[in-house]
This record gives sequence, C-alpha cells and structure tokens, in this order.
Amino acid sequence: MRTSFFATPGGLRLHVLIMVIALLVIAPGQAFADGLAPLTDQPGNPAEGERLVRDTSRASCLICHTISTLDEKDQGEIGPNLDGVADRWTEAELRLRIVDARQLNPDTMMPPYFSLVGLYKVAEAYQGQTIYSAQEVEDVVAFLMTLITDEAVE
Amino acid sequence: MIVRGVGAGVVSLLILFAALSGSAILAADNEPRSGYEFMEAETRSLQDDDFLNPGFFLVEEGQELWQRPMGEAGLTCAGCHGAVEDSMQGVAARYPVFDDASGQLLNLELRIQSEIADRMQAEPPAYDSPELLSLTALISLQSRGMEMQPEIRPEMLPFLEQGEGIYRQRRGQLNLSCVQCHDEHAGDRLRGDVISEGHINAFPIYRLMWSEPGSRHRMFEWCMEAVRAEPFERGSAEFVALELYLASRGSGLKIEAPGVRR
Ligand code: HEC
Ligand code: HEC
Repeated sequence: MRTSFFATPGGLRLHVLIMVIALLVIAPGQAFADGLAPLTDQPGNPAEGERLVRDTSRASCLICHTISTLDEKDQGEIGPNLDGVADRWTEAELRLRIVDARQLNPDTMMPPYFSLVGLYKVAEAYQGQTIYSAQEVEDVVAFLMTLITDEAVE
Repeated sequence: MIVRGVGAGVVSLLILFAALSGSAILAADNEPRSGYEFMEAETRSLQDDDFLNPGFFLVEEGQELWQRPMGEAGLTCAGCHGAVEDSMQGVAARYPVFDDASGQLLNLELRIQSEIADRMQAEPPAYDSPELLSLTALISLQSRGMEMQPEIRPEMLPFLEQGEGIYRQRRGQLNLSCVQCHDEHAGDRLRGDVISEGHINAFPIYRLMWSEPGSRHRMFEWCMEAVRAEPFERGSAEFVALELYLASRGSGLKIEAPGVRR
C-alpha cells in the first residue's frame, strides 16, 4: 500500500517506555547539554542503522535529508545534507539530534525519534510509542558515524 | 473573473489583515500559487485535457445524477435548479458558507447532502462516495476559471480562527503542522514529492497516488495520517473550519476542478 511518505508502524516496543521514562527523569539536567550518552549497553550496529534510515515505512530520514552514498532516487531536501555528518558532530551530539532535536531548536521540523514529550493527537496506533526504540537510535547513530568525507580521512 | 483594481484591493486588505492578526502567511510579494504550478508537465497535461482528465468521469456521472429522481416524491436536482451550467455557476468558488438556520458552516458536500436528505427526502450519499464526489465535481466545474473567494461574514470569524488554529497546530508522532510543510517548505522536495502550498482550488482531485478521486477532506486526512496524527472525520465541523481557512488563505486562486494531482 502506497498511502503516505511516512507510512506504517513497527511493532509494539514496551522496553522503549522504560527508556523514555528514564530519559524524562534525566532530561531536565541535560536539556541544554549538546550531547547524550548511549541509551543502551549494546553498541549500535551500523548495518542495521543503514537499513532503518532507508526504510520508508519507518519515518525514513531520507524523507527530509540526502545522503549521497545511498542510491535512493527520491531523497528529501528539507534538512541539511548528511554527507560527512560525523566530521561535524560527535556521537553524543548526533544522538541528541535524533532523540529530540527540539532540545536544540524548539521550532525544528525534525521529528523527535525518541521522545513522547509535548506530542498532540498522536494516532491511536502510535500512542505511547516512540518512532525508534533505544537500540534503533543507537543503530542509526552508529550508521551516521560512518558518514565521513574523504577529505576528513586524508 | 475580477478586474485588476479589485485584485490589488484584496491584496492590500490581506496585508492589512495579516498585519492586524499577526499572521505572516500572506505577504505582498507572496500571492498564493496553485498546486498546479508545482506539478510536473505530464500531470499538468492530464488536467489540461478534458478528454484525458480522469476527473471527467465524475462530471459525466454527476450530469446523470443531476437528472435522476430521488426519494419518494421522485424529485430531481434539475427539477428545482434547472440547467446546472446556469444555476450553479460560481457556487463552488464562494463555499464554505455560513448557514443561518443551524449556525454552522456548510461546505459544498454538506450542502449537497442536506439538499438530498431534507428537500428530496432521500438517503444522502456518504462523504467521498462516487455519488457525492460526482455531484461535487459537476457543481465545482461550473466555477472553473473563477476566483476562489469565500465571503467572510462576521459570524464566520470564530470558524476562520478555529481553522487557522488547526492549520498551525503541530500534531502526531512526527510533530508537524500544515504550516511547516505548506508555508515554510513549499517548493522543496519531501522524498518523491514536491511540496505545494496546500491549496484547495482544484478539488475534487483525481490523485494518481490514490488511483482515485478524492475530496478536500480526504486530502486533509491523508496529510494528518502522514504525520501519524489522529485525523478529524471527513465532513466534521473541524475539517469544514479548516476548509474555510484554506479557502480564505487561497483567495484569488482560480478554481481548477476537477483537478489532477500526483
Ligand atoms: C521532517 C523532516 C526531517 C526528518 C524526517 C529528519 N530530519 Fe534531520 N533535520 C531536519 C532539519 C530541518 C534539520 C536542520 C536543523 C534544525 O532545523 O533543527 C535537521 C538536522 C539534522 C542533523 C544535523 C545536521 C547538521 O549538519 O547540522 C542530523 C544529524 C539529522 N538531522 C539526522 C537525521 C536522521 C538520522 C533522521 C532520521 C532518523 C532525520 N534527521 C530525520 C529535518 C528532518
Ligand atoms: C510532512 C509534510 C506535510 C504536512 C505536515 C502536511 N502536508 Fe499537505 N501535502 C504534503 C504533500 C507531500 C502533498 C502532495 C504534494 C502537494 O500537492 O503539495 C500535500 C498536499 C496537500 C494538499 C493538496 C494540494 C493541491 O494542490 O491539490 C492540501 C490541500 C494539503 N496538503 C493540506 C494540508 C493540511 C490542511 C495540512 C495540515 C492538517 C497538511 N497538508 C499537512 C505534505 C504535508
């Protein structure tokens, strides 16, 4: 079914809730810090992160961003190009931007991938769920950390 | 069609309105642009040619329904209104309107439903049914080329405000408002789509992505579902208020019904 550009749910992820609650408790102290510590003990898997970023049914980053090493024809141009994003930001900074970019820019268009705060009229199928699970955030961060430009390597 | 002087008057009124209400949507150099201008050539040519435009199936069916006896008394639309080309000219361009009897807004679909239910004593067709889309398309075609221009009476201001509120409210799991896409990013690519200004002057549209025609409210629902928000019901007071706001925001755009969109 090709109904929308953001499309369909993942499964119910209960452990997410626990992580979110934990995050809500620590968030106030970190609201203006520019990074976040890992959300899980298990290191992110970059291959899994790449799969997620490309998955059009999971609010794909490519709706809004371009990554030129990926060969998707339809990529968005709402947010900045993500080539070499790991040259510009640390892992902790990238994590914060995915978890909740509103902490840096309250008016940002980028959806909060791991927050339930301040959302309005969420569709029933998604209520109480974050877009990504904690582990999925780690996977996507691990993938973003592979986005280094050649110049930075030299 | 409207003369230039009046057009300019409307623009300066809108600027005044924008300045007074603090809404920055319509600036002087920022006249509304139809979704047509954001479309690819092939989609445009489908809309431009009445023989290729799939929306014209609706118009044909609408012509047939206009003459069809309904209800026990066997009344027809034509029996009361005569030729649709005369009696319905310009109607779609000024909807939604305020209904004094109920104190509510009525859009074209709700008006058609109430004509069938109350005057003809027949079962009204459901929202987005082929029958309701057909009559809406037929009537809207009678305003093609005319400027969309709802008359905002004082009683309608609360509804206009409600509609603007819905338009500006961030919503859903993805936490996005209509403004963020259709005002702040019109012309930008969102994955495979070029975002337009989100105007309603072409409805009902045949949407290639749906392989079907759809109403204004179906489109609102689609955009809300895209951001994983709970949409309002089609035909609801909220969606009609949103429709009024969009009609006013797009005032001056030419009606394109039946439109074609990607
Ligand atoms: C609906 C649009 C949208 C989606 C979807 C989106 N982003 Fe963003 N993103 C933005 C915008 C806009 C910015 C610019 C900064 C701002 O406005 O806060 C941004 C900024 C960023 C930045 C900072 C880039 C820089 O160079 O400063 C990163 C990293 C990022 N996004 C990664 C992602 C990832 C990873 C995903 C998917 C998991 C994603 N984005 C999904 C809109 C989006
Ligand atoms: C995440 C981005 C996004 C958001 C938020 C969004 N839309 Fe849309 N909308 C689109 C896209 C993409 C299309 C299809 C391309 C186009 O015509 O703009 C579209 C199309 C439309 C159209 C059809 C335009 C035409 O020319 O036929 C209307 C009307 C519309 N949207 C209204 C709304 C309203 C009302 C809201 C808020 C309830 C909204 N949109 C929220 C992305 C969005």
